[in-house]
Amino acid sequence: MTALSVTTPNSSGVEPILEARNIQKHFGHVVALREGNFQLRPDEIHAIVGDNGAGKSTLIKIISGVFHADGGEVLLDGRPVSITNPREARVLGIETVYQDLALAEHLDAAANLFLGREMLLPPPLSWFGFLDKKSMKQRAEGEMQRLKIGIQSVEQPVQSLSGGQRQAVAVARAIAWGNRIVIMDEPTAALGVRESAMVLELMREVKNHGIAVIMISHNLPEVFAVADRITVLRLGRTIATIDTSDTSLEAVVGFMTGALDALV
Amino acid sequence: MAKGKMGSSVKHDVIAAEDVITSELTRGERALDLVWRSWLFIFLLGLIVFFWSQTPANSFLTGSNFKLIALNTSEVILLAIGETFVIVTAGIDLSIGGILLIAGTCGGKVMLALSGTHAQVQMGLYPHATTAICVGIAVCIVMGTAWGLVNGLLITLLKLPPFIVTLGTLGITFGLSDLISGGTNFFAPVPPSFTDKIGNGTFLGLYVPIWIAIFFLIVAHIVYHHLRFGRYTAAVGSNEEGARRTGIAVNRQIVKVYALAGFLAGSAAVLDLAIFTNISRASHSSDNLNAIGAVVIGGTSLFGGVGTIIGSAIGAFIPTIAQNGLVIMNVPSFWQEVLVGVTIIFAVYLDQVRRRRSSK
Repeated sequence: MTALSVTTPNSSGVEPILEARNIQKHFGHVVALREGNFQLRPDEIHAIVGDNGAGKSTLIKIISGVFHADGGEVLLDGRPVSITNPREARVLGIETVYQDLALAEHLDAAANLFLGREMLLPPPLSWFGFLDKKSMKQRAEGEMQRLKIGIQSVEQPVQSLSGGQRQAVAVARAIAWGNRIVIMDEPTAALGVRESAMVLELMREVKNHGIAVIMISHNLPEVFAVADRITVLRLGRTIATIDTSDTSLEAVVGFMTGALDALV
Repeated sequence: MAKGKMGSSVKHDVIAAEDVITSELTRGERALDLVWRSWLFIFLLGLIVFFWSQTPANSFLTGSNFKLIALNTSEVILLAIGETFVIVTAGIDLSIGGILLIAGTCGGKVMLALSGTHAQVQMGLYPHATTAICVGIAVCIVMGTAWGLVNGLLITLLKLPPFIVTLGTLGITFGLSDLISGGTNFFAPVPPSFTDKIGNGTFLGLYVPIWIAIFFLIVAHIVYHHLRFGRYTAAVGSNEEGARRTGIAVNRQIVKVYALAGFLAGSAAVLDLAIFTNISRASHSSDNLNAIGAVVIGGTSLFGGVGTIIGSAIGAFIPTIAQNGLVIMNVPSFWQEVLVGVTIIFAVYLDQVRRRRSSK
């Protein structure tokens, strides 16, 4: 019994930047993923949806190096890769924006953007670790402008920003370092309506800069508003991958709940 | 593409609405910040006015008395600087008083042992004073740094709470100091040239320990605000897991911060020997209270992530001014500890109120 993805695999002629084939993952006796299949194109926002326990998070965590798959393979640019930890994923250009954002709330947006990768003043000052605050501020402002992120000042502590603005800072950090794939785990879960709209707009902006976005979401209207394609998981299996423009909310819900059968 | 256009027009509204919210928040925060910052000055000023009005004329509010207060504050300032870095990481170091004592005890013993024979030193002759002083200072500093390292390593390697580790090392260092000294003072004072040059020495009208404290303050301020070390310290205290995910070597940073606190406690031991020519447990039992008090009264949050070196330095004056004023008033100076204790609780309460408001 195999569930095949429907999509028009390469009908668009675009090679997938990232592909997961037949991913399996067990936790003891619990099977979290039986057959995780997923293809990401370089120029899309791809949503992964499914009911609780469908295996969305497991699939994402295997791609981002948090979990190690028990079976199957991950291909980047058509070549099999082994991603054993998040740092390796980052080196390969895959960055994850976690739900809890991982920002240092007391530091300002510029400091957060450069956290762990600070720019230093020229030697001999760099030997002592003197920060080049001015350059970092300018680059942070440039980055915010590039993504059309509206915050008053990049020198404001992150804790004084709104939820959407914090999310924006976290996204800016994820893509500021030449990454090609950004994974966003429930990016709007904690946000109000307006803030969510802002984050969705930001995701489009990220895509316009040639960065592929994977989003996990429970919110189907949002998925339909922003995603180009949707992959549906049910009980650890990829049920379908559909172009958003070719489907309806009802159909996706059908796939998620099993009311509609897998597209075989 | 029509969808995209619509989206972006919506977005502009969203941001405009948000700017209003944020600016209001920060204005309120700024006002609160101002009250927060000034309460320390008001409190300090109130303390000075109180003692001035309660003491005979020309006893408290005089230049020479304030120089004395500054001299007595120099040690607390060094301890408070180290404690500030520790508290910014959301940790605490309860052992700095013990580290100071053991560093001073060992350093002083070495100084006396190298100064000459037992008999010579007892007669007040210190034939090898210069070498003895240099080695003694080195012993103090190395000893202090080593104990700080021990704290940091225990906290990170064994994953123990800083509160417990440093409470443990406080007991260990106090106990070992008494074992080393036999619970008594040194048999002779440290070399007089050490006291003359550093303890009682003056430069441009101020005692040398005050200049040393000012030097450390400036360096610490630069380190905290302009060096990667300071930024990592705040990042670790603000979000340890987040800092780890960005690739910061969190454990190494924590070890460095506790080693720094130990180094400064060792340096404070040098000043202590130079000023008082001797060292005893009794005079260091409230060091932790004074240093932690200085830091939290100065405006550094016990919850980590934010701090101020200058605030800690100003806060360091509260215990010494209180002590000095009470002595002149002929009131038992034990009241000083009571006052500092009450002020610490008040300061932390204020910080908590402030945090609750800003997180709203």
